[in-house]
Amino acid sequence: MQIPMDTKSTLSASALRLDAAHEVERIADAIRTAVHSTLKRRGAVIGISGGIDSSVSAALCVRALGPERVLGVLMPEADSAPESTVLGQLLGARLGIATIVEEITPILDAAGCYSRRDDAIRAVVPEYGPGCKSKIVLPNAAHHDGYRVFSVVVQFADGRQTNTRLTREAYLSILAATNFKQRVRKMMEYHYADRYQYAVIGTPNRLEYDQGFFVKLGDGAADVKPIAHLYKTQVYQLAEYLGIPEEIRRRPPTTDTYSLSQSQEEFFFSIPLDKLDLCLYGVNHGMAAAEVCQATGLTIQQVERVYRDLASKRRVSRYLHHAAVLVEDVV
Amino acid sequence: MTSMNVKQMPTTQVRTQVRQFVVDSFLFGQSGHTLHDDDSFLDLGIVDSTGVLELVGFLETQFQVSVANDELIPDNLDSVSKVATFVSAKLRLNGEQS
Repeated sequence: MQIPMDTKSTLSASALRLDAAHEVERIADAIRTAVHSTLKRRGAVIGISGGIDSSVSAALCVRALGPERVLGVLMPEADSAPESTVLGQLLGARLGIATIVEEITPILDAAGCYSRRDDAIRAVVPEYGPGCKSKIVLPNAAHHDGYRVFSVVVQFADGRQTNTRLTREAYLSILAATNFKQRVRKMMEYHYADRYQYAVIGTPNRLEYDQGFFVKLGDGAADVKPIAHLYKTQVYQLAEYLGIPEEIRRRPPTTDTYSLSQSQEEFFFSIPLDKLDLCLYGVNHGMAAAEVCQATGLTIQQVERVYRDLASKRRVSRYLHHAAVLVEDVV
Repeated sequence: MTSMNVKQMPTTQVRTQVRQFVVDSFLFGQSGHTLHDDDSFLDLGIVDSTGVLELVGFLETQFQVSVANDELIPDNLDSVSKVATFVSAKLRLNGEQS
């Protein structure tokens, strides 16, 4: 993909503009080849979250394979926002694809997802209990000079909110418990993939794929990942071109994982995604922090902090990307 | 280990305990001989945000000090030496206040 830059020394905010029509056809060709020729599957199954990434991925699959060969699976659970299912069904109707709603709360309950998470929160917030809502958050990467460690925000029934730094044990316990959600969803997607001989479509964008914003063998598992090379702002460009409903394009990116509303920014990425796109672009093209300031509106010091955070998350993501290690080559 | 013992612990002993913890927890007991006390944990990529939580938990338990959020900065926690200096200063303060 050719990405133009306005000058050689300064990144422009328009650097990520792409030819949407050309890119859609290029991706559709790649999906067709992957699903039918490489993987020998009859179609595609995709988890529909009501967010922009799964919506664009589903629309691209429809372009590639036709609506009759795309199955959307909506998998709400107890902490999902009700609008996620509404938007998912709106998308399915707009694309003309079959959709199935699988309520996964009973599976998660049986696995202890909610009780394990609540026990872990109670370890640092003893008064946490029924009627409380929660989420875990990180401080802003650009405005925070120290280590960025997770804390849990608890909202009590009377509306009072607390923010408590997590211990390592509590953080990992909450993470391990909530990761059931992504893994159960993927299990369900592969159920339908087996049932119809379809390929499973993964929906990470470039930020998510590069930075490890996915659950290993959860939303990180898939047969085809058609937008993993696209920056988030480019996904929005394709969304507009593909006619994704405005309600979905306007919706702020959310994890839709915790009972309190939680943006992807406060959970993981820590600065607005359009700025992070430009910083990642700068890193990928060997640009100094000073060259990225103008386009992002950040100071050199802030860009340098973001660069450090990007490098740190890349290191952590290596394990997530790593395939199973064998003692010797087998095939 | 009693509270009095911890407060009187010399910096060299703090350093030894911190170093042993880092080697055991982040290097899995391997390559400890290659870690110098002034090596940056960030530069070596051996302590991530989860690791910081683990390190702080260790300091609070082992040395009975409290670490505030605004103290979670590389100047305090980015090497064995910095951690030892940070903890020793807290221990001295605690000793003076008790």
